[in-house]
Amino acid sequence: MENELFQTLTSLLAYSCIAIGSAFIVIGGIGVLRMPEIYTRMHASSVTETAGSLFVLIGLMILSGLSLATVKLFAIALFLLFTSPVSTYALVNTALVAGQKPAVVKDQTSGASV
Amino acid sequence: MSFLFFFTLSFVLISAVLAVHARDLFVSTIWLGVFSLMMASNFFILDAADVAITEAAVGAGVSTVLFLSALALTGEKESGRRVYRLIPSIALLTLAVVLMIVSLDHPRLGDPSAPVHQHIAPWYLSETPVLIDIPNVVTAVLASFRGYDTLGETLVVFTAGIGVLSVLGFRPKRKAVVTAAQVSRRTVRIRDHLILRVVGKLLIPVIMLFALVVQFHGEYSPGGGFSAGALFAAAVMLYGILEGPDRSIKAMPQVIMLRLAALGASIYIFVGIFGMLLGGNFLDYGVLSSNPVAGQQLGILLIEFGVGLTVASVLTMVFNAFAGRETY
Amino acid sequence: MLEVCGLALLVTMGLALSRGVLGPSIFDRVLAVNMIGTKTVLLLSVIAFLYDRPDFIDLALAYALINFIGVMAILQFVQNKALRNPSVEKTVSQDRPPEA
Repeated sequence: MENELFQTLTSLLAYSCIAIGSAFIVIGGIGVLRMPEIYTRMHASSVTETAGSLFVLIGLMILSGLSLATVKLFAIALFLLFTSPVSTYALVNTALVAGQKPAVVKDQTSGASV
Repeated sequence: MSFLFFFTLSFVLISAVLAVHARDLFVSTIWLGVFSLMMASNFFILDAADVAITEAAVGAGVSTVLFLSALALTGEKESGRRVYRLIPSIALLTLAVVLMIVSLDHPRLGDPSAPVHQHIAPWYLSETPVLIDIPNVVTAVLASFRGYDTLGETLVVFTAGIGVLSVLGFRPKRKAVVTAAQVSRRTVRIRDHLILRVVGKLLIPVIMLFALVVQFHGEYSPGGGFSAGALFAAAVMLYGILEGPDRSIKAMPQVIMLRLAALGASIYIFVGIFGMLLGGNFLDYGVLSSNPVAGQQLGILLIEFGVGLTVASVLTMVFNAFAGRETY
Repeated sequence: MLEVCGLALLVTMGLALSRGVLGPSIFDRVLAVNMIGTKTVLLLSVIAFLYDRPDFIDLALAYALINFIGVMAILQFVQNKALRNPSVEKTVSQDRPPEA
């Protein structure tokens, strides 16, 4: 009886983590398509990608219980946690060095750019 | 699952069309990386995990790096006009339509009564637990039942490495006009960025360790010599990208890589000859130990090590030859 | 729920692919390829669960490693393109800033 309750709770937790992760991922995808400029697209992609991946992988880890698959999923999650932000940094740095200028909004009243 | 299959197949088609259509060869290269990634997903959906892992490691990792190194030596824009001719287009379209009509006649995917599942596949599946006793039937077929073919493949990889070196140059008689160190100094290197260096150097031992796991665990999980060699070479390429080609060449010198490649193929051949010396046939692993099943497992372990050694050394050698770009 | 996650991943890969097709500059395309790579890692993990074959997660791990190497190689190449090709500002297009 208690085991069943525990099972239901863990399944619920796992599925909600996976749902949140999927929502993040789709939001990131829409953001990459709709954002006006390259730097804003990179920001949309990187933040949602890291967060969404971590949530989905945590959900899968809870689903698989205590097994070898959990250790492998933990390794993938750790790896993605390290390399997604670093890839974004490298991409943005290269774009800046190559001469892509970010869009600035000129302040109308004083003429200084923000 | 057919829905998933439909998606990945259409991505394969789209990325292939984009790769051919792009005028900038750099864009073509990255679309080819996506193409091989989608093919790896297809193989994965079709339950062929060994092929998928090798396709992912070789196609999306090693191939992309080698293409980019080659593009750095030549130009990037496709030169010349594009001409669309009528007769070849019609011929190709006819061929495509004929192939599609013929493919409707195939048996259903995975049908157990299809002819391809009748002759030798049930024999492999039933005899592997008896004769070799390892869970991964693909490794058993590749390394033991079809060992000659795998020996041929290893020698082909070695020959390809020699072919590349004969074009790009190796151990010339005179001193290089532009050395690898000068090339490394002229280019803007990723080693000037501290974050990338630190994180990248943390990851290189992890990738090498994973490559060794895939190599020696190939009897129990998807893997084996070819994918492990490609992953190990990918780790060395990461080091070369992060630190510069001169340090990569100093860490893995070309002379030693060539000897190691030859050593890998030699291990394979020597296991076969050793079997002959012990009284069996060439590449007969059963005589390697008192228990034939243990002998088979020992033989598979040794030749997979030889294959992995050859593939890793050849790919490292080719990468160093491209990225070092010494001109004479 | 796992099927829904798989569908979400496929939709996002389609969106990233459209950005790769449309994107005027090279960096849009590199961004799209990076996104497709990480989504494929997740897709492979989810499919491994759907098929109940947990030993296929090795493939997702291998691909996560390979994706990073591919992006680093592309960026090294693009950085040196600016050195080799002095007129790189013409090949890299500037998106219009939004009118404020």
